[in-house]
Amino acid sequence: MTAAVFFGCTCIAFGPALALYVFTIASDPLRIIFLIAGAFFWLVSLLLSSLIWFVAVTISSTKNESVQRGLLIFGVLCSVIIQEVFRFAYYRLLKKANKGLMTISQEETAPISIRQLAYVSGLGFGIMSGVFSLVNILSDSLGPGIVGIHGDPPQFFLASGISRGVSLNSFPELYFPLIFSVSRPFFWSLFILSTCWLFLWFFYFPLYQFT
Amino acid sequence: MITFMNSDSEEEVCNERTSLMSTESPPARSYHEGICTEERDKEIQEKRRGSPCHHGDADQCTPDSRGSTRSSSLEEEEEEEELTLKYGAKHVIMLFVPVTLCMVVVVATIKSVRFYTEKNGQLIYTPFTEDTPSIGQRLLNSVLNTLIMISVIVVMTIFLVVLYKYRCYKFIHGWLILSSLMLLFLFTYIYLGEVLKTYNVAMDYPTLFLVIWNFGAVGMICIHWKGPLVLQQAYLIMISALMALVFIKYLPEWSAWVILGAISVYDLVAVLCPKGPLRMLVETAQERNEPIFPALIYSSAMVWTVGMAKVDSPTKGALPKDQEQEDDWSDTSGDHSYSETYDSPRCTPLHVPSYAVEELEEEEERGVKLGLGDFIFYSVLVGKAAATASGDWNTTLACFVAILIVSGETAEGTQIQPSPEPSLLTQPWGVFHSASFIFVAGERRLRGISELGPSGLSHTQKEFPW
Repeated sequence: MTAAVFFGCTCIAFGPALALYVFTIASDPLRIIFLIAGAFFWLVSLLLSSLIWFVAVTISSTKNESVQRGLLIFGVLCSVIIQEVFRFAYYRLLKKANKGLMTISQEETAPISIRQLAYVSGLGFGIMSGVFSLVNILSDSLGPGIVGIHGDPPQFFLASGISRGVSLNSFPELYFPLIFSVSRPFFWSLFILSTCWLFLWFFYFPLYQFT
Repeated sequence: MITFMNSDSEEEVCNERTSLMSTESPPARSYHEGICTEERDKEIQEKRRGSPCHHGDADQCTPDSRGSTRSSSLEEEEEEEELTLKYGAKHVIMLFVPVTLCMVVVVATIKSVRFYTEKNGQLIYTPFTEDTPSIGQRLLNSVLNTLIMISVIVVMTIFLVVLYKYRCYKFIHGWLILSSLMLLFLFTYIYLGEVLKTYNVAMDYPTLFLVIWNFGAVGMICIHWKGPLVLQQAYLIMISALMALVFIKYLPEWSAWVILGAISVYDLVAVLCPKGPLRMLVETAQERNEPIFPALIYSSAMVWTVGMAKVDSPTKGALPKDQEQEDDWSDTSGDHSYSETYDSPRCTPLHVPSYAVEELEEEEERGVKLGLGDFIFYSVLVGKAAATASGDWNTTLACFVAILIVSGETAEGTQIQPSPEPSLLTQPWGVFHSASFIFVAGERRLRGISELGPSGLSHTQKEFPW
């Protein structure tokens, strides 16, 4: 695969996120910090869910294909739930941090509003999740080989770029936290959000299979 | 672009001294003659002292100093506080950038140059091999290796403290110069050789000699004497990366992880114990009110005003890593231990023409300092993750983000509480936390992600085509 594929895929996947970063976040150091913190929280949630999956797999140590698949699906479910939990936890943490920041700065207006925080942390979550799903594929695309030589679709990279790209992954990450910050009936919106998210995942799962 | 600014350097010394003293006593003096920006900085610093006052830091701020600042510029207060917070965040970002650069250089080298992932023997400090048949034996060997390494580090640190106590400054300076000579010339030569081999580029000896001579000579001048700030920073990052690469190559895997963990623990101990060598070093330096060594410290700005949030890492933990390689690195152990003390020779290498000071915006006048040991420690962490992860980038990225968070934590901790002890406290915890997180993450996640994520499904499918 050529460098063109690599760069093209990278730009497709990370272009919107990079644009968002450059134009809105890069100028304010506080936002950068919250972005990285958001990415970190996503990582921790992934770690937890992979631990759970790992434990489940080692406990049920069978070579049965369907059991493994079932466990994988269970793992995905778990990971979605844990991601949501972590998003909620991060939201609480940010609320506290905001209060702390306001105390330190001793002024009426907070240095960063809760909406901005929601946007930035959602972007962080999304970027991290997109990066994690895509970066190995990108590094493979730099190496030798021919796509689709065994009958797989030759548009593998393009499709991965689009589907796993940060634009698609981070869309829910970005905008649902915004809803979080805005809506008052908090738990109700959380419920709606989680079901939407789960629905999206199950919808995408067969899609991922094709790509 | 080397300027001879002896008079300025003396002013720098004065400023450093007075700023040193300011961090110990309540700040109620002006350090610079009539420069209004400095007054503002002082006020800002007092306010920052003021804000942690309600944490009960009684000896750091006095009520009257607070009152005086309040009365002085009320209308600027809000702006100052806002700026304070932004400065805090800005300092964290100023730390992120060099740490990121160093890690990028290390990871790029590891992924492309085969030399640094080949096993070609081990250091004499880690004599036990890890090519053992059983896991228990391997674990035992790595623990023994760690013990040896840590004891070497402890011995070196104590030696350094003794030298410092008995004022053998020339010896320390000579040691430092020897170590940077070796790094800048020998390791660069090896690195360049390997990179050229990897990309199959031929270079004749005269060219090589010219390149390395220039690189090394300019590096020595920049680091130990005067030079442009950016060049200095670049050199410090490069030598940290070189050092980290050497460790990544010569430390066997399990030993490396155990050593990283042990260093975090040692860091905690050495810094918090009353008789710990680092603590003694800091206290001696503070008693004498003088900077410690021509240090190997990364600094991000030219002017240090009024003891502003110095993020000198009491990363004793990282230092030991330096020391073990050759004797010449024990100097760095000193750098990390103290928090505010800073040496005059360090000031002089900095190129501080007066116009530059005016050019700098207020936000950039204050800088952060981070010990090079930190860079090396973080880079070894990430480099080891990149080297052992068998082509998996996820682990590397995870380590990278975790390290950013840790260094951010450290920086924030020091920002909020400028006194030496809290920064000493934060750094080891941060390091410990990151090392443990990364270790756990590296192992578990490697297996978890490749199967769990959606990419996992296609990954398994993808294996087959090639």
